[in-house]
Amino acid sequence: MKILVTVKRVIDPYIKVRVRADQSAVETDGVKMAMNPFCENALEEALRWREAGIANEVVVLSVGNDSCVETLRTALAIGADRAIHVKAANTPQPLATAKIITAVAKREDPGVIWMGKQGIDGDYNQTGQMTAALLGWGQGLFLSSAKFADGVVTGESEVDSGIRVIQVKTPCVLTADLRLNEARYATLPNIMKAKKKPFETLTPEELSVDASDRLTTLIVNTPPPRAGGVRVADVAELVSKLREEAKVIA
Amino acid sequence: MSEREIMEYDVVIVGCGPAGLAAAIRLRQTAAESGQEISVCLLEKGAEPGAHSLAGAVLEPRALDELLPQWREDETCPIKTAVTTDRFCFLTEKKSYRLPTPPSMHNEGNYIVSLGRTVRWLAEQAEGIGVDIFPGFAAAEVLYNEQGAVVGVATGDMGIAKDGTQTGNYQQGVELRAKYTIFSEGCRGSLSAEVMKKFNLRTDDAPQTYGIGIKELWETEHANPGEVLHTIGWPLRNDTYGGSFLYHLEAGKIALGFVVGLDYKNPYLSPYMEFQRFKHHPAIAPLLAGGRRICYGARALNEGGWQGIPQLAFPGGVLTGCAAGFLNVAKIKGVHTAMKSGMSAAEHIAAALKAGNEAATLNDYEKDLRTSWVGDELRKVRNIRPMFRHGLWAGLSHAAIDTYLLRGKAPWTFGHHNDHSQLKKASECQAIEYPKPDGELSFSRLENLAYSGVNHEANQPAHLKLRDNSVAVNVNLQDYAGPEARYCPAGVYEFVKEENSDQHALVINAQNCVHCKTCDIKDPTQNIHWTTPEGGGGPNYDSM
Amino acid sequence: MSALIIVEHDNQTVRENIRAVVTCARQVADSVTALVIGDNCRAVADATAAIAGIDKVKLVQHAALAHGISENCAPIIAAESAGMTHVLMAAGAQAREWLPRAAALADMQMITDVIAVNAPDTFVRPLYAGNALATVQSSDSVKFMSIRPTAFAPIEGAGSASVEEISGGADSGQTTFIEARTSSSDHPELTTAKIVVSGGRGVGSAENFQLLETLANKLSAAVGASRAAVDAGYVPNDYQVGQTGKIVAPDLYIAIGISGAIQHIAGMKDSKCIVAINKDPDAPIFEIADYGLVADLFEALPQLQAALE
Repeated sequence: MKILVTVKRVIDPYIKVRVRADQSAVETDGVKMAMNPFCENALEEALRWREAGIANEVVVLSVGNDSCVETLRTALAIGADRAIHVKAANTPQPLATAKIITAVAKREDPGVIWMGKQGIDGDYNQTGQMTAALLGWGQGLFLSSAKFADGVVTGESEVDSGIRVIQVKTPCVLTADLRLNEARYATLPNIMKAKKKPFETLTPEELSVDASDRLTTLIVNTPPPRAGGVRVADVAELVSKLREEAKVIA
Repeated sequence: MSEREIMEYDVVIVGCGPAGLAAAIRLRQTAAESGQEISVCLLEKGAEPGAHSLAGAVLEPRALDELLPQWREDETCPIKTAVTTDRFCFLTEKKSYRLPTPPSMHNEGNYIVSLGRTVRWLAEQAEGIGVDIFPGFAAAEVLYNEQGAVVGVATGDMGIAKDGTQTGNYQQGVELRAKYTIFSEGCRGSLSAEVMKKFNLRTDDAPQTYGIGIKELWETEHANPGEVLHTIGWPLRNDTYGGSFLYHLEAGKIALGFVVGLDYKNPYLSPYMEFQRFKHHPAIAPLLAGGRRICYGARALNEGGWQGIPQLAFPGGVLTGCAAGFLNVAKIKGVHTAMKSGMSAAEHIAAALKAGNEAATLNDYEKDLRTSWVGDELRKVRNIRPMFRHGLWAGLSHAAIDTYLLRGKAPWTFGHHNDHSQLKKASECQAIEYPKPDGELSFSRLENLAYSGVNHEANQPAHLKLRDNSVAVNVNLQDYAGPEARYCPAGVYEFVKEENSDQHALVINAQNCVHCKTCDIKDPTQNIHWTTPEGGGGPNYDSM
Repeated sequence: MSALIIVEHDNQTVRENIRAVVTCARQVADSVTALVIGDNCRAVADATAAIAGIDKVKLVQHAALAHGISENCAPIIAAESAGMTHVLMAAGAQAREWLPRAAALADMQMITDVIAVNAPDTFVRPLYAGNALATVQSSDSVKFMSIRPTAFAPIEGAGSASVEEISGGADSGQTTFIEARTSSSDHPELTTAKIVVSGGRGVGSAENFQLLETLANKLSAAVGASRAAVDAGYVPNDYQVGQTGKIVAPDLYIAIGISGAIQHIAGMKDSKCIVAINKDPDAPIFEIADYGLVADLFEALPQLQAALE
């Protein structure tokens, strides 16, 4: 089985993001970027499946501008076999991204597409589900555990009430949560080897996908800072505030 | 332990700053010109080139002109803001007095830059001509051959848990073996310190001296690109060496910072709080009003100048840049000298490789550099900093005489002293009350720290090691009132009272560390040892 | 303008958050149809019909729809979206399963986590974990949107909509529900708990942490800790809240004896209500706390415990 893993380039999770002075977007110029943390978990799981003999090839895909090349190189250094970069001026919105991934999946015919549960930039949490819809495949979301046997994936995810367990037939789209695994590092020798791994560049046009935006961002603001809190005099006042004002306890 | 993997290069460079990158580029240039093949790799402990780079900075382009003469034509080169005006002021609490700008601080032809962005651009140039750059990998160990010559470095192991056991993510370090190793770790580099000791490169009577620079980057409507301001005086007392810099960049940004000489004496002094207080001066506050701070960081810098430079060459390696100490304190600049030292080292290494000499001691590198323009300019200003030990006014008057009358040709050279030995006991000093940060112009240390992008893998042994655990409380706290809790710009050191007793303990929040190295320098008994954490840890400055 | 709102339920009762969805739907449309998808869930449809602001309820019942499997449910939403201008659902685990899938089937770009409506096609939503807010305008004919129920005041009062049962539902055969397990530990999972009681170095010892555990039991809360408390060995590693530990955003976060190091704050600052209890009045945690109590935890915790009885 072949596994397709999508990886997204986002602002490093440890960077404090700031809105541009002209309020057009969040500033990315000069800001440290990194692979979306959930995509790291998706890639790690795919590599473990390859190591366990479930898969024989791990192909990584990233959609976006030229800087995605670096993210794909990182994925290759971590252990992916081959990379595909679909070059778009900016990161397309989830529906368009899902269409691009769908087009690539139709060419590559993977048994599983492993994706991060969401990008920590746009926080849409849509692309995996949309890709599954467009391919007509099953979906296993927010997985904190995934076991493969006989063409079926048994997946666990955390929901409000506890753990939900499902079984999804392959081919399917699976999205990874942080607790799925602990992602490995790239090693120096593998960084050198990654430079020689196959790397393909495509465009949405070559895939016959319309990647245009449906949403226009009018303005991006910084949220108002947490309103200055109040000091309470004693436990009695605290409990009454929590009950009457914040309404967070019964 | 299994055998480590080995990767071989002709030259391994430790530290992806101006010196290391200039060396790497010059090596590849020289190789191309002379038809040699020279393989070069560069290790950087930061997550990417420039992530740990911090400077004012005003760049004198002299070395860059020699290295990449076409840089002005390159659209992508971030060096764009020419200095337009230059002011030097003495501050009192309420007033600002303009002083004549000393000749060394004139900035015609210089540029205001973000060192981080400059480094990133240089890294792209280096990669473009075949240098392998490995960010996120810390050189943790020097490798020696049987004859004792340096033959490369090893990266640190990754995935070691706090308790020293291997995590599921354990990865053994890799040996990078080289015919020559260039140490360009920056000020107070940990491996540079090791080789200096091993090869006895520094004699006791010529210690290096340091300052700590703390910097913020602001976005404000009051930026006037090209303006340069330096101040001395308030809020520091006259017995403490230091001052501020304030550089107006393009795109509504102002870089400002504060430097305090680490020979300060009062253990109650907090360089961080001096800086916070400084921003409230009536000459400064209006520039920041209505703006927002977008980045914060700190770094130790060399102040030893000519007298503080150790021997530069040893079997198989050389020291370059701030790892050796080429900062020109009078100019407040060190990028140009760092780059020149890297280039000079590269030329001598290329020549040695061509001649088939491996692991030799390149004494000619040192000789050439000391007689080059780098040596010239450092020698000229060698006596300026040491006189400030006697106070601001003695320092200033001496600087004026030395500069204008003697023109740096005085027949004497003043010596230095170790910074850590300058600290007085708390009982001999007055505690200092600092005003509380207002949250608009001034900030608490931890709040500011969030703007450094600092992070370390939490589950790893603390990279700040105490040689003797008991000293922290028995000496540092009891005799010196715990100075590390104040000089650390990242709040790494905290003395906490233990539950149900009067005993205190030192807590080391190693995750906060911005790799400034001040603790390694200023600790009164030299009990704190800064080592490299897991690669990729530390600050993530975006344009400092 | 007509809105379709998707009802979240367990085949027996309607989740209260539907009232917030109605409020939002009324801001963008003048007619509101509620869609109940499930199995044996007539009662849910009837209860929905009795909520103010809803004009009509559509009900689809089928065995394959019992457990909310998206492959079976989303096509129904996509089909019912025809002719609508908006499709809304409360953001949460069910919405994330259904809505993006339905939107893609209808070829629409969904808008996630709407917190304000500026115009029927213009919405405000958070980015970067709430560190930025974007105002976006949609050019789609049907706006699929998940909304944050906490951002809209629930509609009050009763209604009397008609209930229409429509046929539909089929098993795609792709995905099977196996089971829903409650978490094995005594406390809820740290990252999904509604209330988190968290302790720092100020707690003083592993034994003292027992005080927090007791309080957490009382509140059905999860127990967390700062890195300092983990480092001091009071609790195991997996208790750690913070940038490198777990990131939590419960309705209520009670920080006890936590000074407020940045990494910790980064891990919990999105909590809806933050309470800090600390002896040190200058502890940075107070700067971000909604309610701060300067007190010794050994006095405050038993009192708190008693007050909750």
